[in-house]
Amino acid sequence: MVPITTLHYLVVAAALFVLGVIGVLTRRNVVIVLMSIELILNAVNLNLVAFSRMWGLHGQVFAIFVIADAAAEAAVGLGILIAFFRNKETVNIDEVDLLKW
Amino acid sequence: MTPVATPFFFYMLSGLMVVGGLFVITRRNPVHSALALIVTLLAQAGLYLMLYAPFVAGVQIILYVGGIMVLFLFVIMLVNLERTEREKPFNKQWLVGLAAALALGAMFVGVYVKGRALLPEQTVSLPEAENTQQVGLMLYGNYMLAFEIASLLLLVAIIGAVVMAKKRI
Repeated sequence: MVPITTLHYLVVAAALFVLGVIGVLTRRNVVIVLMSIELILNAVNLNLVAFSRMWGLHGQVFAIFVIADAAAEAAVGLGILIAFFRNKETVNIDEVDLLKW
Repeated sequence: MTPVATPFFFYMLSGLMVVGGLFVITRRNPVHSALALIVTLLAQAGLYLMLYAPFVAGVQIILYVGGIMVLFLFVIMLVNLERTEREKPFNKQWLVGLAAALALGAMFVGVYVKGRALLPEQTVSLPEAENTQQVGLMLYGNYMLAFEIASLLLLVAIIGAVVMAKKRI
């Protein structure tokens, strides 16, 4: 059997990233769009930790920073979602069109 | 400690991750999506353990699965989604979005096929017993300014979330 190299991890992370991009670009529900953004951030984290296997612990420290950013992003995003739902009674992202000309 | 049966666990965990990701973006009910995302995140914590990163794996489980996903589930329960579940889940430009995402994937494949020779073969030894200690030393040494900025960012995010979710200030 082929030994597992860093490239294997990179390929898994790329697949996860593409899944997240598909979710962001095609779903209508804002909650699922936010979850897809979490998928993208996790793909990047997997890349960072996989590279830390070769270049030392810096990648792991950076992954922790990315996790903190993801927490902040989720809190603010869900706050926006609740404010939006209170105003328009919907969570569909294509009904957010007040700024559209 | 060297991991045992590495290929088996790698393929099992990454298969779980990809299937979970597929479920996240295809389910109609957001609660099912959230549960699939939890499976994905737990499998990813397993991959972190295989990469000699036990501290990041613990942070992943405690913060992501225990914190962020609970926040998601709470918000799903707060907003009334019954109307959304009867509507169509994908938007009008889904075909263009899918094509763009697949082009991005093709670009990844191209980069990895062409650039695989650039990846170094050597690995550094990351002893698991001292992992948490080393990460902590780095956080409070090299990365101290970034650490403080991250705490400020979290404070701003907390205040922002409260301001936006509150009915009247």
